[in-house]
Amino acid sequence: MFAYTVRRVLMVIPVLLGMSLVVFFMIRAIPGNPAQVILGQKATKEAVAALTHKLGLDQPWYVQYVKYVGGLLQGDLGESIRTGSAVADEIWPYLAATLELSLAAMLIAIVVGVNAGIISAWFQNSWFDYAAMVLALVGVSMPIFWLGLMEQWVFAIHLDLLPTSGREDIRNPIEPITHLYLVDTLLQGNTDQFVQVLQHLILPSVALATIPMAIIARITRSSMLEVMKSDYIRTARAKGLSMFWVVYKHSLKNAIIPVLTVIGLQTGLLLGGAILTETIFSWPGIGRYIYDAIGYRDYPVIQSGILIVATIFIFINLIVDLLYAAVDPRIKYN
Amino acid sequence: MNKQHVLEVKGLKTSFFTDDGEVPAVDDIDFYIDEGEILGIVGESGCGKSVTSLSIMGLLPKGIGKIVGGDILFKGENLVRATEKRMKQIRGNEIAMIFQEPMTSLNPLFTIGNQLMEAIRIHTNLSKKEARLRAIEMLKLVGLPRAEEIIDEYPHQLSGGMRQRVMIAMAMVCQPAVLIADEPTTALDVTIQAQILKLMKDLNENFQTAIMMITHDLGVVAEVCQRVVVMYSGKIVEEGDVRTIFKDPKHPYTVGLIQSVPDIREKKERLYSIPGNVPKPGSIKQGCRFAARCAHAFDRCFQETPKLYDIDDKGHRVRCFLHQREGEINSDRAVVAGERA
Repeated sequence: MFAYTVRRVLMVIPVLLGMSLVVFFMIRAIPGNPAQVILGQKATKEAVAALTHKLGLDQPWYVQYVKYVGGLLQGDLGESIRTGSAVADEIWPYLAATLELSLAAMLIAIVVGVNAGIISAWFQNSWFDYAAMVLALVGVSMPIFWLGLMEQWVFAIHLDLLPTSGREDIRNPIEPITHLYLVDTLLQGNTDQFVQVLQHLILPSVALATIPMAIIARITRSSMLEVMKSDYIRTARAKGLSMFWVVYKHSLKNAIIPVLTVIGLQTGLLLGGAILTETIFSWPGIGRYIYDAIGYRDYPVIQSGILIVATIFIFINLIVDLLYAAVDPRIKYN
Repeated sequence: MNKQHVLEVKGLKTSFFTDDGEVPAVDDIDFYIDEGEILGIVGESGCGKSVTSLSIMGLLPKGIGKIVGGDILFKGENLVRATEKRMKQIRGNEIAMIFQEPMTSLNPLFTIGNQLMEAIRIHTNLSKKEARLRAIEMLKLVGLPRAEEIIDEYPHQLSGGMRQRVMIAMAMVCQPAVLIADEPTTALDVTIQAQILKLMKDLNENFQTAIMMITHDLGVVAEVCQRVVVMYSGKIVEEGDVRTIFKDPKHPYTVGLIQSVPDIREKKERLYSIPGNVPKPGSIKQGCRFAARCAHAFDRCFQETPKLYDIDDKGHRVRCFLHQREGEINSDRAVVAGERA
């Protein structure tokens, strides 16, 4: 298991290298150059050329790429062209905001999705089953931006229960420690602010949770239905076990592997792809950070941002693979 | 009669409700098992053997299979009317069951110990530690070597025969009054089959557990059973003690079954097989269900359903007009049911 983990971690290196190359060329394929964007439309050609030279963007691509990768190997993610500060210093607050949002969303998606799937399978063809599966279909088909807007309209504007957007109440800002605000406010023992952060988190995380929740519910249901037909489930029933234990112990553990796969993939997607939700809810996350960087042609930020998101994605899926072995004793990694 | 019927099935009818309507899988069957007896239930696939056992356990697939008539009396208590709560107390505790497929009948993700201790702890107040000791004891009792290690192993680490022993240990932990064994040796190779049968016979003798041995293998019946019930297409066609049935089978179906068993002493070019196939449940509305495959069938067989006629006073009964004694009237529930259908 340890050897397998090490091998998998080492395999990440070529993947990231290939990834960096693709991103490097793709952003340079976008028309426009950073110097022009920074100086504006009316800048003189000389000024643009001077800034391009200053930023090192007039060098041949391979020189730029080797410099970039060389920096990466030393843990240097480059400097933002726009702000001039190191990407490594700048990126964490954004990443933390996205982590907090995606983990909250996944928590909702897993708890609700898995249970809805289980109950639907347990009471197959009941009204609950039909209702849950119709909702799940609606959930996967619903555009997130629309759902987000509706949430704001209903819960923030009409009912005035929750804040419309942002991570915190700007009149009562949070003193960041880890930048995960739920953790920070807990560390500071500030319950008022903790509740505020939680209130800000609810609407965007529910919006973000919808699609994964629906997918998880459907996968859980079909996987459970398959498992509940097995001989060992009949054995468990014949022992005199109640349906609850048959379902939640014997069936769920067997049904969970495909669900884990989906959870891993969806978590990875949320971490990188929450741009829509982050935009609608003015959430200062990594999705918007990279999106804004694209607007400014901020090459180092785009490159490193995407690389970090990709790394997280790969590691989440590694964790899922290791979880398989933890769930199923027949799976051995050698 | 000095022995009590521990389980008595009376007029049991179980149907499956499919898109094509109601399909009777078990149609008006009566049989009983005495305390400590081994009863064989024999028949081809699809004759209703397994449905009978699932009906007794109350484990028919929900929403599809349903008992539509009759009673199942366990020590006098009618299980057809028992609540699910009561059935949970009975299952695994007073009536236990083992299945055909030892390879897939144990949950692959839990240790043997976990699954055994679970069975113990549902029905007793034993602590985890005591349950573990009891589980080890049971594993030893069913003849598993290194029980202390096996208890922490997973099903995939054991062979088919060992898994069936585990299944038997699991079924016997609460020393049930009745053990239903649904083709327990079918999936095992012959040497292991013999060992498992011997084990079941020993358990029957030592614990006085009555066994309902469901099988299509007459060899198994000859080996372990005292009485046998032959089923065909959801009905009992012959019933009697094993010696009588083997020596003097009456129903043409039973005769056919016995003839199709290969005999090592005779060199035959071809094995005998009963012509035709088991009819689809519910497809025969009238007459004897075996008539279409029967060499002795005459007109009446296609018109009227025969009842179970007594051959002697020792419980040998057969559902065939050939054995209707003179003056005996063919009138019982079976006919009424047949006419109504």
